[in-house]
Amino acid sequence: MLARRIIPCLDVRDGQVVKGTQFRDHEVVGDIIALAQRYRDEGADELVFYDITASSDGRTVSTDWVTRVARVLDIPFCVAGGIRSLDGARRILHSGADKISINSPALENPALIGELAAEFGSQCVVVGIDSRQEGGDYFVKQYTGDPDKTRATRWRTLDWAREAQALGAGEVVLNCMNQDGMRQGYDLAQLKLVRAVLTVPLVASGGAGAADHFREVFRAAGVDGALAASVFHRGTLRIPDLKAQLIADGICLRA
Amino acid sequence: MLAIVDSGGANIASVRFALERLGVQSELTADPAVIRAAERVILPGVGSAAEGMKRLQARGLVDCVRGLTQPVLGVCLGMQLLFESSEEGPTETLGLIPGRVALLPGGPGVTVPHMGWNTVLTGKPVALLDGIAPDARFYFVHSYAGPVNAFTLASCDHGTPFAAIVQRGNFSGVQFHPERSGPAGARLLRNFLTLA
Repeated sequence: MLARRIIPCLDVRDGQVVKGTQFRDHEVVGDIIALAQRYRDEGADELVFYDITASSDGRTVSTDWVTRVARVLDIPFCVAGGIRSLDGARRILHSGADKISINSPALENPALIGELAAEFGSQCVVVGIDSRQEGGDYFVKQYTGDPDKTRATRWRTLDWAREAQALGAGEVVLNCMNQDGMRQGYDLAQLKLVRAVLTVPLVASGGAGAADHFREVFRAAGVDGALAASVFHRGTLRIPDLKAQLIADGICLRA
Repeated sequence: MLAIVDSGGANIASVRFALERLGVQSELTADPAVIRAAERVILPGVGSAAEGMKRLQARGLVDCVRGLTQPVLGVCLGMQLLFESSEEGPTETLGLIPGRVALLPGGPGVTVPHMGWNTVLTGKPVALLDGIAPDARFYFVHSYAGPVNAFTLASCDHGTPFAAIVQRGNFSGVQFHPERSGPAGARLLRNFLTLA
């Protein structure tokens, strides 16, 4: 049986791993290679690296650190941030990344999803969605890497998730912005809704603070993977302890 | 010397890096003479079967790969190309192992692509799995898969059973990514390096 995935997310700015609360006030938490190796050794199933400045600055991800990560890492990893063309994606995949994740550029040009899927296969095309609850519905936000540039889009989250899948996304990472960095648990209600409209894997992001939150997001929302950052970076939760508890709770994981 | 067939697809670097971690030098090459002269050959690949075959054809490598007599390991798409044909395109493939690669059906609670860590099932000792625990997990990421048949050494199940490790003569293939499967994957690559 396919195991659920525990995925530490490393936000990268200027070659360092950083973390903010609700996308703001970033502080440096460590070196990319050292953190990547630590999480691998602790049993992370996959890593995501978000170059959080690349998208809103119109820059592309530097491939130097992608190659350095690919040399040392023997688990899969995904690179996100500022990938806005086939050439940009190709450089990152050729540097050794397993998947690329696109967010704001997919909103600028939805056809890019299909072009990437046709060129590299859906399995390495991840669409990241930053979603905020407003009133009784969920809406997609763009350029969230920089609070001054963050803006609303015309998309309802459920519609955009469906559209991204129809265009060729092989996985969706749903970042629930209201919960991000709060460590009060994932947005189970929203994730359940999105899970119901997708047939591709769905990864939950935003809100992890305790082992119970992971158990609930796998059980109640049926997601394939759970992504978290601060809870791991700050050492609140160690991956071996988390996995041991979840396995004891009956969640299928890679031991 | 170990040759990695440069089929032009994405994510070829990671196989080379995995071999480096094992202390093994490899050459990424599209030169038929170099590939034929190698002690062992890895056929990697990510992307669609039709594109993968087009790239092999464009480089004049189809007959070269078919005619190899040393141990060959196909990885992910590289394994799928060993079969006769693929629904993905559709396209004829290398025809080294009987069977047609088909789309995984998916269903309730079974997402496609099959993405993540899964176990494999064998009924007999498999040299490529030597020293690897029976419950070890490997990293899979694919939407299409080869059928379980007489050339299947290990199967996996994701909504339906499919071939996880295949072998016919000197040609072996793994649907998962050993280069991204932690210590179990590293051991499998090491096992390939000692296959006679």
